[in-house]
Amino acid sequence: MIRFTKENNMPTSQPPTQQWVDICAIDDLTPEAGCGALLGDEQVALFYLPNQPEQLFAISNYDPLGEANVLARGIVGNIGEQLVVASPLYKQHFDLRTGACLEEAEVTVRCYSARIEAGRVELSG
Amino acid sequence: MANKQKLVVIGNGMVGHNLIEKLVDSGAAQNYEITVFCEESRLAYDRVHLSEFFAGKSADDLALTTGEFYQQQGIRVLVGCAATAINREQKTIVAEAGEEVAYDLLVLATGSYPFVPPMPGHDRARCLVYRTIDDLEALTEAAKNSKVGAVVGGGLLGLEAAKAVKDLGLETHVIEFAPRLMAVQVDDGGSAILRSKIEALGVQVHTGKNTTEIVDGESAFHRMNFADGGHLETDLVLFSAGIRPQDTLARACGLELGERGGIVINNQCQTSDPAIYAIGECALWNGRIFGLVAPGYQMAGVAAAHLAGKSAQFTGADMSTKLKLMGVDVASIGDAHGNVEGSRSYVYSDEVAEVYKKVVVDESGDKLLGAVLVGDAKEYGTLLQYMLNEIQLPEHPDDLILPQRDGGAAVGLGPDMLPETAMICSCHDVTKGDIVTAIDDGATDIGALKSCTKASTGCGGCAALLKSLLDSELDKRGLEVNTDICEHFAYTRQDLYGLVRVGQLKTFAELLEKHGTGTGCELCKPAIGSILASCWNDYVLQKSLVGLQDTNDRYLANMQKDGTYSVVPRVPGGEITPDKLIVLGQVAKEFDLYTKITGGQRVDLFGARMDQLPAIWSKLIDAGFETGHAYGKSLRTVKSCVGSTWCRYGVDDSAGLAVELEHRYKGLRSPHKIKFGVSGCTRECAEAQSKDIGIIATEKGWNLYVCGNGGMRPRHGDLFATDLDKATLIEYIDRVLMFYVSSADKLQRTSVWMENLEGGLDYLRSVVIDDRLGINAELEQQMGLVIDSYACEWKAAVEDPESLKRFRHFVNSDKGDSNVVFVREREQIRPALEEEKPVTESA
Repeated sequence: MIRFTKENNMPTSQPPTQQWVDICAIDDLTPEAGCGALLGDEQVALFYLPNQPEQLFAISNYDPLGEANVLARGIVGNIGEQLVVASPLYKQHFDLRTGACLEEAEVTVRCYSARIEAGRVELSG
Repeated sequence: MANKQKLVVIGNGMVGHNLIEKLVDSGAAQNYEITVFCEESRLAYDRVHLSEFFAGKSADDLALTTGEFYQQQGIRVLVGCAATAINREQKTIVAEAGEEVAYDLLVLATGSYPFVPPMPGHDRARCLVYRTIDDLEALTEAAKNSKVGAVVGGGLLGLEAAKAVKDLGLETHVIEFAPRLMAVQVDDGGSAILRSKIEALGVQVHTGKNTTEIVDGESAFHRMNFADGGHLETDLVLFSAGIRPQDTLARACGLELGERGGIVINNQCQTSDPAIYAIGECALWNGRIFGLVAPGYQMAGVAAAHLAGKSAQFTGADMSTKLKLMGVDVASIGDAHGNVEGSRSYVYSDEVAEVYKKVVVDESGDKLLGAVLVGDAKEYGTLLQYMLNEIQLPEHPDDLILPQRDGGAAVGLGPDMLPETAMICSCHDVTKGDIVTAIDDGATDIGALKSCTKASTGCGGCAALLKSLLDSELDKRGLEVNTDICEHFAYTRQDLYGLVRVGQLKTFAELLEKHGTGTGCELCKPAIGSILASCWNDYVLQKSLVGLQDTNDRYLANMQKDGTYSVVPRVPGGEITPDKLIVLGQVAKEFDLYTKITGGQRVDLFGARMDQLPAIWSKLIDAGFETGHAYGKSLRTVKSCVGSTWCRYGVDDSAGLAVELEHRYKGLRSPHKIKFGVSGCTRECAEAQSKDIGIIATEKGWNLYVCGNGGMRPRHGDLFATDLDKATLIEYIDRVLMFYVSSADKLQRTSVWMENLEGGLDYLRSVVIDDRLGINAELEQQMGLVIDSYACEWKAAVEDPESLKRFRHFVNSDKGDSNVVFVREREQIRPALEEEKPVTESA
């Protein structure tokens, strides 16, 4: 899990080996919504919330409960302090920052790092 | 099995059937081998609402039960078979067909028969009675060759019958022996107002008339001669002058009867032979016959309890009634005439609005003894509770009936003042205690209370009381029901709808900033997206709205379990050209889509990947298709039968109307999905009564049903209005739908909305037909905006590059989802099970 600071949108504890992959232009994203992205052969759900300090969030696109690549298509919002996406299949919530499922304690999906560099969106595994 | 006692029930009217239901509900039915005699050709039906038969209801609508119910319960029912004799020594019943049926215990629920005054000529042709569905059919037949109809009897039943005669299109006369209408329940003052109102409806009332004979007429089929020398020419005569207990069998076998008939019963509803019970209108308790259904149900309850080995007593019943006679509210409570010695009354009469109200109080002015309400009976529930529970009256009892002006608070009766035993719903015998228990058990809204206690599902007269009881009980528990839509908005959906309209708000962001908190969630976003669409009908995929849309709306298709979508183009009214049908086939074939016919008379194409949707729709749009909104909380389909154009039985062009209505309301976003049905005749092939809006053709126009539902909680639509011309029909539908859109809860279907609507069907009618809230012009204008701004969302989407970008599965690749795998079954695709997928990647 990588945390971003408010000030520069940069990871606070970036591992030295981290590889950033260019994905798309920031203008390709829809505010307050998600989209799918391919990182190598992994399917990532990328969310653009411009009013949040982090702005970008990335978790696995695969919903382990519904068993389909759909999380990018869920509605995003907050439950208390947690920013979440609701799976479009059976509506379980996944924390955008940790990947934890709020309804099923033992279920977590993978998180990815994301950043904006010169108007480009980059992902890292 | 052989040692079960044999129970025979003679009579399958409302009360006889109610007894069976109660025996089944309590489990006692299993202890008996039960045989039921049903003399009529139909099982029990709702006789109370018989006159609705002429307002469009069919015999099936009135049915209270089915043959399957009896079969499932293992109860033998002899339909169309009268019992002709009871042999009490051998304990057998002789059936009409000659069969003998043995009994250990017997219940007589033989009901009553219409009293026909024995005047010369009473048995002429076209002299009819009004009690059974067969009677109604005979009446309908006789009416075909008649212009004038006369009803003998100006009581409750007589006025019901007069409504039927009027509904059949005849010039209608009511002949009453007494000097006023409803002489038993209503006093002179009330009766005068009632008469004036009924005459205004075109029914001619003749009181103080004693018919001496019926002879051949000159200008009509009959002439009725009166004792005062006058006469009336009429084509048919309908006797509805009271009932007599049907006690023939009891008389023949020597059971004790009253002087003027009726089978004498004790408090356990047993006759003079303890093995024989009598319940309902055939029974005489304490010298009284009870000619209403509620006391009959009470007797059924007592007999059922006794048969189950429990103790219960019938100790009389309250005969207060509230009803609508030809649209006029009439209520009578207790000692309506002030017969109790020393009683005094307060009277309020408004000859302009034609309202009459009277309360009768005891000598000390402490207790309410009776009341009469004509023209407006909204105080019925409160007054009834005052009388039944002997509640101390306010200082000025007339405050209870005087109109409230200048914002003065109505003098009601707080539910807290009622004892636990107070009867809230007398149709279903539900007390305040029952309601409180149900609330404790978790029924915390009106819909839930109705379904678990049945309260307010009969005549509905107690709806307002039930609501205030619920509110007060929740309040007491500090259990204020939180109706906020979610944590982001401390408002109900109705509140938000008002805020959007009044504030002219066009985006979620504006609403959140002004009235909300946080970022929103999957509860408030789609609800507000829907409200914005209902109000302004902007393109749902524009940048500011797309994030609000639920998955299906966001991709304008229905997501399936594997993340692929199904595609449903609109097929208005289910009518489709061969060319278009071929295009559907071609598109399905080209994209290899699983193809299924839907229940809404269209075609569903499954297995489309998100990235394929725009290409599929481009082809469909080129062929002239539009989006079917199968994904939206919006108008789905208008199902129709083929109608009079082709059908031998069709009365009107249902398919044509269905196409027109589907085009009118397509694209209307609403709290939940909306389905229509249009049938071309009463055979109802389009199943319109199970739809949110149902329309059935009649000889004289269209009958409109509202708030029906199929699916998980089936509900027959309520008959809203009859014989409408098309313009009026559409006007009513516009208003009903827009009123629903403005006032329903989030994801609330019209059926549940109706069940929770205070005042129910009558209230909805008063809003839509009488413009009670003065909002009809506004509702029509709002609907007009939605209709005028309709645009096919898929056409907009395929023409908009920004929208198209969002249909890619990956923002950075044109690849599809490798986890979507199909196998073939019955010559078409289906999603592969996990174990059928190739093991290549970890997803």
